[in-house]
Amino acid sequence: MHPAPSVIIFTTLSGLGFGLLLWLGMASEAPTGWEAFAFFAVAFALSVGGLAASTFHLGHPERAWRAFSQWKTSWLSREGICAVAALIVMGLYAAALIFFGRHYAILGWLGAWLSLGTIFTTSMIYGQLASVPRWNTSLTSVLYLTLGITGGALLFGKVGIALPLLLLAGAVQIIWWLTGDKAFAARGSDLGTATGLGEGGKVRSMAHPHSSPNYLMREFIYVVGRKHSQKLRAISFILMAVLPAVLLLLPFSHLFAIVAVLSHVAGVAVSRWLFFAEAEHVVGLYYGMR
Amino acid sequence: MTQLPQSTERKLGLVIDLDTCVGCHACVISCKGWNTENYGAPLSDQNAYGADPSGTFLNRVHTYEVQAEGAAAQTVHFPKSCLHCDDAPCVTVCPTGASYKRQEDGIVLVNEDACIGCGLCAWACPYGARELDKAEGVMKKCTLCVDRIYNENLPEEDREPACVRTCPAGARHFGDFADPDSNVSRLTAKRGGMDLMPELGTKPTNKYLPPRPKDQLEQTDMLAPLLDIVAEDTNGFLGWLDQQLSRLPGDNKQRGK
Ligand code: SF4
Ligand code: SF4
Ligand code: SF4
Repeated sequence: MHPAPSVIIFTTLSGLGFGLLLWLGMASEAPTGWEAFAFFAVAFALSVGGLAASTFHLGHPERAWRAFSQWKTSWLSREGICAVAALIVMGLYAAALIFFGRHYAILGWLGAWLSLGTIFTTSMIYGQLASVPRWNTSLTSVLYLTLGITGGALLFGKVGIALPLLLLAGAVQIIWWLTGDKAFAARGSDLGTATGLGEGGKVRSMAHPHSSPNYLMREFIYVVGRKHSQKLRAISFILMAVLPAVLLLLPFSHLFAIVAVLSHVAGVAVSRWLFFAEAEHVVGLYYGMR
Repeated sequence: MTQLPQSTERKLGLVIDLDTCVGCHACVISCKGWNTENYGAPLSDQNAYGADPSGTFLNRVHTYEVQAEGAAAQTVHFPKSCLHCDDAPCVTVCPTGASYKRQEDGIVLVNEDACIGCGLCAWACPYGARELDKAEGVMKKCTLCVDRIYNENLPEEDREPACVRTCPAGARHFGDFADPDSNVSRLTAKRGGMDLMPELGTKPTNKYLPPRPKDQLEQTDMLAPLLDIVAEDTNGFLGWLDQQLSRLPGDNKQRGK
């Protein structure tokens, strides 16, 4: 799949933002006043910024409100509803903390669940697609949820819990990569099943329908070299899990904490680039390119 | 509404005969011609006369080569457009309700006024049957020429999809698969019409007829034993004739020596 910046920014930032909102909502000792303002400002900037980025690639962003209507079948619609509900509930919760120093735990928990729901529904937009075998697994939701919760804990400064979470996230990421590498072959689709000609012998693509790349090829056929992707996986893993964990183990300093957060975010962004770039859409079969 | 109908009254669709298609792309052109000036937004082209032309098409013809073990390779032209799936994943993923499957005839359509151009339906279609138009920012797909097949302003014989009407080889057939006696149902039953990527569970309506197997060399050799006259008796006239013929260049018996 084409690794468009809009979807990489969207999934990376909104995952972090809703992850932070999740921790803020669950906190028994929630911050108040200016401290609360700072936390919520970061959380809203990330989540709203991510959502805004996701509208950049729309052909008709002015009609985006229509996307709330099909929650009965569409994960994208459910994601939109969850996100807006989470932002409204957390907005009220934040206002009470910032301006009145009041902690309404029930609002917080409701917002936390909605934030978690937002990360989950985001993951399902990709996880539901049978046409992209690498994504089409419940592990995709596990990956998005673990990364969101981990990033949120890191941003919230929960060092004790962030450390084991970083290790867990790293492990989930590696499992996702390894199972993903086998997913396309396991699905059993090849040029033979795609054309129905497989029973008659070996099928080979002789000529494309068009002389230069079209929408389908630009959007769905992106090929990353194996060496290149292995290198990026290593970079992503180190930035996302190893470096932040090491920095958290060192004696606490604000500088280390900030570097740990930035490194984690960069690692997740690289992982998301790979998430799209490495994903093989079955339509590539018709072009003899899978 | 993006909920799929439980069942549809009719199941309109195409049968595409891979044995007959000659790969002329006439269906591609007539499709673009009709659909760029009728239903919905036009099908735009980018850089149409430049080095890297690109554009929106609802029907495209691939060309494949199929080769069975030990047999000669066979060229198969392969037109591909929306299959109007019964279990259409492109419909259920749509967040706006722009994509829908009609209960009355099973046609899958896009309401372009409601489409936000998110592209998710094209991601969900395994067959590459949907293309986002670059100029209009809305999703385009085969409508089964919904504006021809019911159009009483057209002469009766034109009330079928443009691709079917134009195909010079008679490789495309339009009809109702819900009716077991329709032309398309009978063709499918008789010629072993097949689904594309059945393993993905989309239940396509359109069916493809496999190319008929090519004649094998053994079959054309049926007369060979009769032609290969060998004279047992090397003394008589036949013996003499056999010897003379063997002298001719290219004779097997000479080459064998
Ligand atoms: S072929 Fe693709 S676009 Fe057409 S109904 Fe099936 S899934 Fe949808
Ligand atoms: S591109 Fe249009 S039709 Fe397709 S899923 Fe998005 S809103 Fe629906
Ligand atoms: S018009 Fe008929 S013969 Fe020509 S490419 Fe289309 S289906 Fe094949």
